[in-house]
Parts: sequence; structure tokens; C-alpha cells
Amino acid sequence: MQDVLCVWFGSSGFDRSAEGLLGAGQRIAATTKGKLHSLVLGKGDNGSRAAAIADSVQIADQLSLDAYSPEEALAVITSVAKSLSPGAVLFANDAYSQELAPRLAYRLGGSAIGDAADVVAEGDILKVTRSVYGGKAVAVYHLERRPSVAWIRARAQAAATPRSTQAEIKHIATSADPNAATRLLERQTEAHEGVRLEDARWIISGGRGLGGPEPFEQLKELADTIGAQVAASRAACDAGWVPPSWQVGQTGKRVAPDLYLAVAISGASQHLIGIADAKVVAAINTDQHAPIFKHCQFGIVEDYKKVVSLLKEKLQALKG
Amino acid sequence: MNIVVCLKQVLDPEIPARDFKINKERREAERGSANLVTSIFCANALETALQFRDIHGGKITVLTYGTVAAEDVLRKAIALKADDAVLVLNDQSSSPDPLQVASVLAAAIKKIDAVNLILVGRESADWGAGQTGGLVAEILGLPCLAFVDHIDLVDGSLRIRRQTETGRDVYMATPPIVLTITNDDHNLPRVPKTKDVMLSSRKPITKWSLTDLGIEPTPGYLKVAELGIPEKNTMCEFVDGETLDDKVATLARKIADVIQG
Repeated sequence: MQDVLCVWFGSSGFDRSAEGLLGAGQRIAATTKGKLHSLVLGKGDNGSRAAAIADSVQIADQLSLDAYSPEEALAVITSVAKSLSPGAVLFANDAYSQELAPRLAYRLGGSAIGDAADVVAEGDILKVTRSVYGGKAVAVYHLERRPSVAWIRARAQAAATPRSTQAEIKHIATSADPNAATRLLERQTEAHEGVRLEDARWIISGGRGLGGPEPFEQLKELADTIGAQVAASRAACDAGWVPPSWQVGQTGKRVAPDLYLAVAISGASQHLIGIADAKVVAAINTDQHAPIFKHCQFGIVEDYKKVVSLLKEKLQALKG
Repeated sequence: MNIVVCLKQVLDPEIPARDFKINKERREAERGSANLVTSIFCANALETALQFRDIHGGKITVLTYGTVAAEDVLRKAIALKADDAVLVLNDQSSSPDPLQVASVLAAAIKKIDAVNLILVGRESADWGAGQTGGLVAEILGLPCLAFVDHIDLVDGSLRIRRQTETGRDVYMATPPIVLTITNDDHNLPRVPKTKDVMLSSRKPITKWSLTDLGIEPTPGYLKVAELGIPEKNTMCEFVDGETLDDKVATLARKIADVIQG
């Protein structure tokens, strides 16, 4: 294990995910005493922040994200990885990265594993810690082939420490394949107001105990007072009370907010897997023994009906 | 369109956490009293295929790599009117790694022949490595799209919708292709008719061994070095107070403290 290559999509700029990704890359490269390389796919990130962290920055800004083809992206990454021969390749855990990582590993004769909560290099081996069995267990994987490719929960990783010097930023030429087997036709943006759940700093989430769609209106009002986003458990989405895109959990979104307030959510392990990266979890629930409280820093054992609007008033008052 | 849907049998993920036990030596879950079920995203994949066939016709072959018990997921799929079923018998390892699984499935798909569309679940409910689709695509030299929730056929090309962090992407793709399927409002698994469940036991299932497929054991890919049940030591501080008003006021202050960092 020597050099580390971090790969991300430039479309959302050098965001929290890219910060965490390079942070993890920097820590591994420090252990292996290798170089840290970075590759930005598409336009949107000019590479300047990465250049203060990584030893090399390459930007494939000719790769079109508006007519995105995973086959094209994969060809670019494969070619860069072959020229750099890294011991480890790290991706963030967005959909595009998850789609590419195992295929890249195969092309390079390496191993892949993802949804990493933690990734460390020990000697020649990359070790990845991740939840398995729907969050009921945690496994430490050893990746047995080089390069070891991992997609990580980048938002939960500490950011890298920048240097005072800047690495050279190289723009690499890529050519579009007019015969690519897959081609993006249109991108439909979700009508979820405000920030994406994955990026939200504060989330208020509702579960089965709400009993219907109406109480989500109340949660929305509560969320608005503190600028939080509203999310939901699988039970609430399955019941059709809110759109499936609101779902947090194993079969929904994985979030990493500073505060996750679970309202009338019991805390099944498939839900907890989605909030494993939340800094502070709090809950409102009538059942003192609900599993969610085992994951909470603080909580209130009360019927949400009595709490939500009162809590809104109190928070408004505190805001002054 | 010849469609293959790969199905995986898993321990029922809905069992309560208190009943979930680990075999430390084998580094996998104990079967215990848990039922064996079709992994949820695999069931979504089958439903997606059935809906596609309802409109555009075609043939659906369900394929699984597992023990004799895994025949059950195929029977359930037959009850939902899958046309053919193939079981590749796993007599080697109870938790094969993603590359082994993909190699076996790819070899079986080659043997099934003339397949245009391969659907797999986005990830399994047990190990959830989420690599089967991508690796099968690579082994077969096919393109792949992940997190797909809808497939349509337009002038011989596939119109494929998939989920991303920001919404949905719609692709045009030329078959053959591998798609990994995620869940959506529209692909919740249908329920079989009682009559079809009864009839499903009569349908012959094709059984292949690893030798039939000419599969050699693959060298190491991933190793589960440790497996444990996480101890949660978070002490929840329940807000206290004489009245509800006091309690909620404390809750509000705690929330405000977090938000103000």
C-alpha cells in the first residue's frame, strides 16, 4: 500500500463530502507514507482547495455531467488509476461513485467495499469498518487485492489539513464516446425544498407514531423555525404519508446532520443505519424503552402531539 | 426481451435486534429462529421485471446462487409468474464474497444464453456490499446503471430512470445491460395468488452445480476479519421538569445549544 487516489464529482464544488474524502485520503497516505493524488470528474470544482491538500490534482473537466455516461467516467478513472498505480482508491458514497467503485476495482484487479464508516491502512492492508445486517452488526473487512477501492461515508470524516503550498493542477483530456451504451437524457430534480437531506445540518424526522400525513405539516413548521429539513422513517414513507425521497435508513438516505430529532420513530436498526453519522440524536417518543433512546443524547418521553407546537413556541422565544 | 432477475435469500432482516446473534468463529449471523426471505431489493427487481413484461412482453428467468433452501425464493418468484428458474447450488462457503457471487451469476447468465436485461437488487439485506451488479457487468463486459427504479422500452432502446442524491436521472441505453434496482412507490413487490403459490411447487427448477458452470474458486477478494454487535453506550438524558411546559422548555434549550454549536 503506498499512494492514495481520491476521486469525486466536481458538480457540487469542493463540498463537505469532498473535504471528508480528502481528509480520509490524507490520513491514509500519512500512515503509508505515500502520496495523495486527486481526480475531479466534470466541471464545478476548480481544484484549488484540493491542490492545498493533495500532492497532485487532475481535473477531467471535459467529461460531461450533463450527458453523463458511467462508461465514460469509468474509462477516465481507470486510465488515471493505471498511470498512478495507487494502493488505495477512495470515493465518496454518492450514487455515481457507488456505481463506479466495484467496476473500477474489477478493471484494476483490485478489491472493493463501500459504505465505510472508517477506513485505515495497516501495513499492506486496507481495513474498512462498516455496518452489516441492516445495522445490527459491524464488520471489519480486509481488502485483499491492490488497489483497494473503498467508497466512504465522506461527510462524517474529518476534513484534511491544508498546506501553504499548492500542487499543480492538471487538466486532462477526455473524449466523449458517441456510441456509449448509456447516456443521460434528462435530470429530474427532486421537489424537496431547501437543502438536500444528505447535506442538511439539522433534520427533524417523523415516524409511524405520527399516524398520518397531517402531523408532518406540524413537523415542517417546527423545522422552519430552526431552518431544519424534514425527513421520515421507512414506515411513514411506506404508508404513503410523505414521498419516498424523504426516507432515512438502510433503504433510504444516509444522513450526517449535527442534530437529528426523531419524532415518534421507534428506532429500528434499518433506520439507525441511516443516522449513524449524526452528531447529536434526540427523540420525542411515548415509549421510554423505544430503541431510539439508546442512540440519543437527550430526549423526552411524551406524546409528540403535546410537544411539537409547544417546542416550536419555545424555540421561537429562544431565537428572540 | 429476455430478462434475468438475480435473487438472494437472506435471514429475515426484520427480526428484532435482541434475537440477532453472531457466530464469532464463522463471522456471520446465526440462523436462530429467523425465517429465510427474499432480500428486499431483489424482490423490487423482480417486481420491476414483472411490470416491464406486463407491458412489453418477454421472458423472465429468476436466478439464485445458494443452498438447497434457496429454492424457496425461486418458488415464490414462480408463484409471481416468473417463466423459468435456475438454482446454482452453493456447496462451498456460507458467505461467499462479492466477486465469487458475481462470477457464479455471470457464468450462469452466459449459460442461460441470449439475455438482454439483467436485474439485481441494489444491495442485499444481510452483507449489503452492493457490488453484484457492477461485477456481473464487468465479467460479462456489459454496461451497468445502478439505483434504477423504472424501466421502459422506447423504439427498441431502454429508457431507464434511476435515483440520485438530487432527484432522478433518465437514461437511454442499448441492451444488453445490467441494472441494479432500488425501491420506489411503484415497485413494491406484488402478492401472489393462492392458486399460483400452490402451483409453483410443480414447476421444475433447473439446478446447476459450480462444476456444471466450470467455476474455479477465486483467490481472495474481501475478508471479514471481525464481526460484532455494536454496544451502544449512549446515555440518553431524559428532560425533566415539574410540568410539561418545563420539560419542553429544557428540550428547546438543548436543541438551541446544539444548533448554536
